Amino acid sequence: MAVNPENQAKKGQTPVSKPKDIKSTIKGLWNYLCRYRGLLFLAILLTISSNLLALIGPMLSGSAIDAIGSKKGEANFQKIFFYAGLMIIFYIVSSALTYLLSLLMLEISRKIVRQMRNDIFSKLMELPVGYFDKHLSGDIISRISYDIDVINTSLSTDLIQICASIITVIGSFIMMVVISPPLMVVMVLMIPVSIFYTRYMARKTRPLFSKRSAKLGELNGFVEEMISGHKTIKAYAREEVMLSKFDTINEEAVTAYYNADYYGSMVGPTVNFINNISLTIVAVFGAVLYLFEILSLGSISSFVLYSRKFSGPINEAANIVSELQSALAAAERVFRVLKEEPEVKDTKDAKPLTEVIGKVELKDVTFGYHKEHTIIKNLSLTAKAGSLTAIVGPTGAGKTTIINLLMRFYDPDFGTICVDEKENREITRESLRKSYAMVLQDTWVFGGTIFENIAYGKENATMEEVVAAAKAAKIHSYISKLPDGYETVLTEDGVNISKGQKQLLTIARAMLLDAKILILDEATSNVDTRTEIQIQKAMRTLMKGKTCFVIAHRLSTIREADLILVVENGNVVEQGTHWELLKKQGIYSKLYYSQFQ
Amino acid sequence: MKRVLMYLKPYRWKMVQGLSIKIIGTFADLGLPWILAYILNEIIPLGKISKIILWGMVMLILAVMARNFNIMANRMASKVAKDTVQQIRHDLFKKINTLSGAQTDTFTIPSLISRLTSDSYNIHQMIGMMQRLGVRAPMILFGGVILTFFLEPVLTLVLIAVVPILAAVVFIISKKGIPLYGKVQKSVDSMIQVLRENISGIRVVKALSKTEYEKRRFAQKNEEVVKTDFRAGSVMAVSTPCMNLLLNVGLTLVIVVGAYRVNSGAAEPGTITAFLSYFTMILNAVLALNRIFVVFSKASASAQRIDQVLSAPEDLKVISLKEEQKKQIVTPFVEFRNVSFGYSMSKEFLTLKEISFQIEKGSGLGIIGATGSGKSTIINLLMRFYDVTQGAILIDGYDIRSIPLQQLRSKFGVVFQNDTIFMDSIQENISFGRELEEKQIILAAKDACADNFILEKEGGYAYRAAIRGADFSGGQKQRLLIARALAGNPQILILDDSSSALDYKTDASVRQAIMKHYPEATILLIAQRISSVMHMKQILVLEDGKMIGLGTHQELLKTCDVYKEIYDSQIGMDQKGEENGSQSRKSGEEGTNSCF
Repeated sequence: MAVNPENQAKKGQTPVSKPKDIKSTIKGLWNYLCRYRGLLFLAILLTISSNLLALIGPMLSGSAIDAIGSKKGEANFQKIFFYAGLMIIFYIVSSALTYLLSLLMLEISRKIVRQMRNDIFSKLMELPVGYFDKHLSGDIISRISYDIDVINTSLSTDLIQICASIITVIGSFIMMVVISPPLMVVMVLMIPVSIFYTRYMARKTRPLFSKRSAKLGELNGFVEEMISGHKTIKAYAREEVMLSKFDTINEEAVTAYYNADYYGSMVGPTVNFINNISLTIVAVFGAVLYLFEILSLGSISSFVLYSRKFSGPINEAANIVSELQSALAAAERVFRVLKEEPEVKDTKDAKPLTEVIGKVELKDVTFGYHKEHTIIKNLSLTAKAGSLTAIVGPTGAGKTTIINLLMRFYDPDFGTICVDEKENREITRESLRKSYAMVLQDTWVFGGTIFENIAYGKENATMEEVVAAAKAAKIHSYISKLPDGYETVLTEDGVNISKGQKQLLTIARAMLLDAKILILDEATSNVDTRTEIQIQKAMRTLMKGKTCFVIAHRLSTIREADLILVVENGNVVEQGTHWELLKKQGIYSKLYYSQFQ
Repeated sequence: MKRVLMYLKPYRWKMVQGLSIKIIGTFADLGLPWILAYILNEIIPLGKISKIILWGMVMLILAVMARNFNIMANRMASKVAKDTVQQIRHDLFKKINTLSGAQTDTFTIPSLISRLTSDSYNIHQMIGMMQRLGVRAPMILFGGVILTFFLEPVLTLVLIAVVPILAAVVFIISKKGIPLYGKVQKSVDSMIQVLRENISGIRVVKALSKTEYEKRRFAQKNEEVVKTDFRAGSVMAVSTPCMNLLLNVGLTLVIVVGAYRVNSGAAEPGTITAFLSYFTMILNAVLALNRIFVVFSKASASAQRIDQVLSAPEDLKVISLKEEQKKQIVTPFVEFRNVSFGYSMSKEFLTLKEISFQIEKGSGLGIIGATGSGKSTIINLLMRFYDVTQGAILIDGYDIRSIPLQQLRSKFGVVFQNDTIFMDSIQENISFGRELEEKQIILAAKDACADNFILEKEGGYAYRAAIRGADFSGGQKQRLLIARALAGNPQILILDDSSSALDYKTDASVRQAIMKHYPEATILLIAQRISSVMHMKQILVLEDGKMIGLGTHQELLKTCDVYKEIYDSQIGMDQKGEENGSQSRKSGEEGTNSCF
């Protein structure tokens, strides 16, 4: 399967990283393979038969050569044609079986890969949202594409190759023994030499190869950092300094590559050498045996062919092992996702929330993303139906934590959150979340039509409903001006509409939901003034009659709020109304007056 | 590919040397079956064991030669590959650093990164493999054919007859298979798009309980990927069994034809045995060539991508001006003269339109306006990441296009929007390869209000920042960046949205420190917050790339509606806001000025 080079660049950091938990990874892979054990059994059967057929080839050719005789005019053409015909039939059947086998393996790996991808995706959908804050999207994507690709390639080729190799080795071994046990003794002596050498080299080169991967990873990391920051480098005219830093890392990377090659380049010729030696010995002994009329010429010829077949898989063993190792490393990364702790399931007696009024209550809520690091301590507040709660504080102060708790992306460690006097944990997650509408600052649109984007939250929404929502969000006139209107397809990340319009679209989406509770991020700094005013208007319409939690940036909103939460470094440090907080002369009033200093 | 060959040119003698050694090694390899045939045909009939052993020794010597020469040649090949790739990477990195902003935009950053990493890696692999297998496989193929020709010309013809069929098969399969892989790539892209969307919108997806829907959507795309992949795979899978079959049929023919030759006395039976041995070697060589073909086509795509960067024309040339255009007697320090600019070539999409302003030395300009109004573009032009489409930018009376780039940029200290913290010590992040004195670095850090939190870190200034400064908060990063900009004591200080994560108090004290300790510096300050720019001597208001206001805070409040609108919306006096947004539930209290 083709691999996207950009992905490869990212993943390139550890092309052959060593798997850590081999046992459970193999078990995991085995579980996937087991689902298709019928097909797998068929595949092994095919492998055995096609390789056995291929093994008979040299045997037949030996017989054919014997039928030629050793002198002029001795040839038995009837026999020769018989054997030649058999050979061709065997080769055709063997090739057909090989092809069938490839198709079968493709089918198996297709099934496994499809299952694995769907499993990971389902898992991702069930993970707490925090997972996506902690993992780079590039990393997640490379697990679903690159890593699964590696597993796929390995399953569809290596598995067959291992099967085939084992059969070839065993088969050739038996054939050689049948042809000439004395010659076989010679061969057998060479086997341990070959195996010992391969193992010795593998052990010697493995650290060199892992150093090569590590250095390459370093180079990739450095390049990524430098090119992403190229503008800064140019601005400070530091090109020369960075180039010399790059040269050092580059030198290390190519040297590590060379060092691995230096020893790696010995393996091929040396294994070949061992084969040549056995060929030599076979030739000499074979000739001697022929002299004593123990062996026919045809037998020597078949024996040589078998000995080449025999040593082939042994040569390849080193390659297959390293491929398997990288496949196991990839599988481990995949299974690590599958082993992540998902969101807690709804309790059995959880009931859906119906006819929401919109009262939200937090009682002694304590929460931290890590158990040892508490962010919110004993927070209690009551938001009456239809009231406005403003959350204020500097950027990155943790205002989203409160939203995470309200939407039950996380559960509090202690204390309870209630909607309409019902505890969050006693309500089904789906109905709880549906009682909220949310407009965040990072507007999210997906590749689909405008209609689909607005109707996203409400199944079976009609065109009338969508248009009404768009009108309320003040974006209907813009949409109707587009050539395709509501059927306009938005591209990935909605690059063909402006940020302001995206925000209006998400407001329209929230309008259509008709939820009783609203979470709103007021920050609109990334749009021009006129659109901003439009968004303001739309937001005001949306807020009407709803219990609102607003991440507030506007003084008017803050002053109007029934309750202000001041957040700093993740903690709710103060709460109260505007005037209460000013009187308190705490952080809020400091923030408020700071600009007059 | 041409350029890669150029890089290989200095190593041509080394390569010739390596290749010669390789050829000797390969001949030694090929010699073995030849001797095998000789033993079977000529020596055995003599019946002398001593001769057999003698020739066995020759085989042994050839085997040793084959091994040692091959290893030697392989190592030389690795060395050439290493040196070449090192040079290519060096030049590529250097070249990327000289690309203009426009050129970088065309290539895109991720693509430049992958050209410098995976593409150069592909080439490394290819140069090494070409020298190792690229010699061996064709040599074994041709050498094998030639040797068999001497051994038995008629049988060789049988062998050669198979080759064109083989080539045709490879050609047809790759012609059919490669476009199919293009389709696979396309379906993979669309699957990844769904994944990407879900990662970025996970909160929305969950809030709206759409996970089941998204799972179905993903499964559908996934199905398409495996389907196209299966189709491509089943075409490509034809090649190996097909090649094997053809070669083996050829082998059978050799035996049949050989039988006639032996029968008529034209050939020895031992020859056929040797022939079959060669045949296996040739078969493996053909398979190896097939593999080389794949690596080569992958690498030539990579070589092309690297070449595109290396051969990009030199942009941002330094031009010499006529005498009268040079320095004028009385000049402002920084001047924009009727500057227009568009990122794309077409005149319709100008990002900046007819911008003119002047800043005196030691004075300052605040720039405000919505995102996309062209604020950062002004900086990009001033620092000459791009050249103006029309008009001119002058520093100290000189057109910036006449100042060598390094000299021009050495005048600046700059913090970009979302600027980079490098994975290095704090000290090095501030000094940034300029070998500044420690005193200077600490002073700059103090002015940027960064000293305190730096000292709290383990090891203080020696503390090593994580990738992209992930272990610093947004505000801490910005303060480090400001320290970097200040440390060089720049003539022109540019702060692009560099205080958005600072609280007002810190923002104000950094501003005061700059005014106090860097009185000579000419400042350009871009901000979203009006409180950050309102103290500047001059403020430029941008909207859609046009300047719609230039003046002091007080002047703009009177003359520029947009400025007033921004001011009102951010800093109280909410009268106007109330009229527009009449849905507001309560009327705001009057008189208090503040913002969050």
